[in-house]
Amino acid sequence: MGSKAETLSAGELVTLHETMLRVRASEAALAKLFADGEIPGFIHLSFGQEAVAAGVCSALDRQDTLATTHRGHGHVLARGMDLHSFFKELMGRAGGKCGGRSGSMHVADMSLGILGANGIVGASVPLALGSALAHQTRKTGGVAVAFFGDGAMAEGALHEALNMAALWSLPMVFACENNGWSEFSPTARQFKGTLTGLAATFGIAHRSVDGNDVEATALAARDAVAHARSEGPFVLECLTTRVRGHYEGDAQKYRSDEERKALEARDPIAIASAKLRAAGVAQEVIDEMAEKAGKSVADAVAAARDDALPDFEAALADVYTRAGPEHAR
Amino acid sequence: MPESRYIRAVNRALSDALEADPTVIVMGEDIAEAGGSFKATRGLLERFGPERVRDTPISELTITGAAVGAALSGLKPVLEIMFMDFVTLAMDAIVNQAAKSRFMFGGQASVPMVVRLPHGGGLNAGPQHSQCLEAWFAHIPGLKVVCPATVEDAYSLLRAAIDDPDPVIVVEHKGLYATAGDLPDQPSPARIGEARIARDGSDVTLVTYGAALATCIEAAGQLQERGVSAEVVDLRSLQPWDKAAVLSSVAKTHRAVVVHEAVRNFGVGAEIAAIIGEEGFDDLDAPVGRVGAPFMPSPFARSLEARFIPDAARVVNAALKTLE
Repeated sequence: MGSKAETLSAGELVTLHETMLRVRASEAALAKLFADGEIPGFIHLSFGQEAVAAGVCSALDRQDTLATTHRGHGHVLARGMDLHSFFKELMGRAGGKCGGRSGSMHVADMSLGILGANGIVGASVPLALGSALAHQTRKTGGVAVAFFGDGAMAEGALHEALNMAALWSLPMVFACENNGWSEFSPTARQFKGTLTGLAATFGIAHRSVDGNDVEATALAARDAVAHARSEGPFVLECLTTRVRGHYEGDAQKYRSDEERKALEARDPIAIASAKLRAAGVAQEVIDEMAEKAGKSVADAVAAARDDALPDFEAALADVYTRAGPEHAR
Repeated sequence: MPESRYIRAVNRALSDALEADPTVIVMGEDIAEAGGSFKATRGLLERFGPERVRDTPISELTITGAAVGAALSGLKPVLEIMFMDFVTLAMDAIVNQAAKSRFMFGGQASVPMVVRLPHGGGLNAGPQHSQCLEAWFAHIPGLKVVCPATVEDAYSLLRAAIDDPDPVIVVEHKGLYATAGDLPDQPSPARIGEARIARDGSDVTLVTYGAALATCIEAAGQLQERGVSAEVVDLRSLQPWDKAAVLSSVAKTHRAVVVHEAVRNFGVGAEIAAIIGEEGFDDLDAPVGRVGAPFMPSPFARSLEARFIPDAARVVNAALKTLE
């Protein structure tokens, strides 16, 4: 199925770069907010994986939907989630998109077709499968994307969903962020097969791509989404790098110094910056983009700090769309 | 009034819902070509086609998760899990996804899906095809649970569940499928959360649901012969449940026994007995009784299962105990 274009224009690369910078700046702020105790609970950062979020989401149309993982900040931001409602949500404020009830691990924006981040490994896959079923049945022309990590490769839900997507020719992209780690264990110690091997078993079109090269990922995602829209499911395996721990605060004692040192050379933002310079974009322009992203994030954090805390009674009254008399107890 | 059977009422509810709302789809294992393990979906494929009446692989987790994703994307899926016991494989989709999506997304979304779960014993189907697990679902904020006992309710509660914007677990007792009863041409709409007084009485209230309703009606007849007038409340809906109806009956009779086929320990009866104790204490003349299956897995042998499932004699004894 060759790509229509082998490269992207400088303008397209700039847009992708801005998206990655927005994700990076947001997560840098989250790391600090978490370390300072301003964000409680668990957060899982995607440093090193920004190109997958930017690349895949750049291929989506308005009617498309996605479901993502516990490491989903990049996907929701790349899909266009407003920074203010994002930070208010992650900081547990009333003005958060989910009213402070989801936090990092469940953040959703239904107006953008985001069916939520998810605290259960692999759970995004059946949700996206059902969304793809709805696209097909309702003839919306839409595609559903399941983001999942290689940690989900050993989950039965993925295997079941590959089978069903193939059986029903669903308009679905299985977008795997393969960073080599299943939480605290190397995936090689958890999963005997390969994702592309699984895809082949079910007769699903598939491709592996350098997920730290945003241009390559965006081009591959265009093909994957086009295939899903017209022919059926596609498995897109994005080979990428997890820089931070499984969760913030994880000291990653299980990773070697050599491995962690090697991550720097694969930084997707550094790689994209070099491509931008080669495409004739001046370093000052790239620096300004980063500065602008940092400023937008700082504004959103400040606004979130000023926002009200969520109301307990309102939460209690909102468990059901149509509550019965006893539900209010 | 036209007579029908429970299973035909389920079938008609599905058919009428598919007819009334183009976003309704019916899915499950062997529900289309084969018409369902209990034939609840017979004829629907021929009428509505394979896109809306869909056979799924034997993949309980993913078909249930897909129903949630579809419900979040504009469809109203009605999923059949062949036996309630198999829902254990689908618990993530129901408990972590369906039940919580509305709440954790801050009200951005509803999850208008129905899961039909045939429960109950009496078929000598053994420990993995007979369980009554409804209390698990009633315990989860975000789910609704109904359990129709009559032919008309099999229709009306299923229609109400499909029309409901929230995820509803519809529990159908396998032993009721063949039972006959009235089904009007225009069944009256049911409201989820509303109980029904199935038999008037003045001395003791029997609170029940599902197949145990017939056991309670039988027990009430036997109690009548002993000069005890039992009122029978058919809950119809377990989450929400009609606290007002139960408390007002207890205010009249001053005694209550909660009866279900499910294992007694930590069951639906425990919640109801506790609320009667907390909120109806002044009306009570005796401790609230509970009748349920003993604390063991559903056994296979006919002789064992016959003793396992609560019968009218046990209900009579429990009722008489409140009158001692």
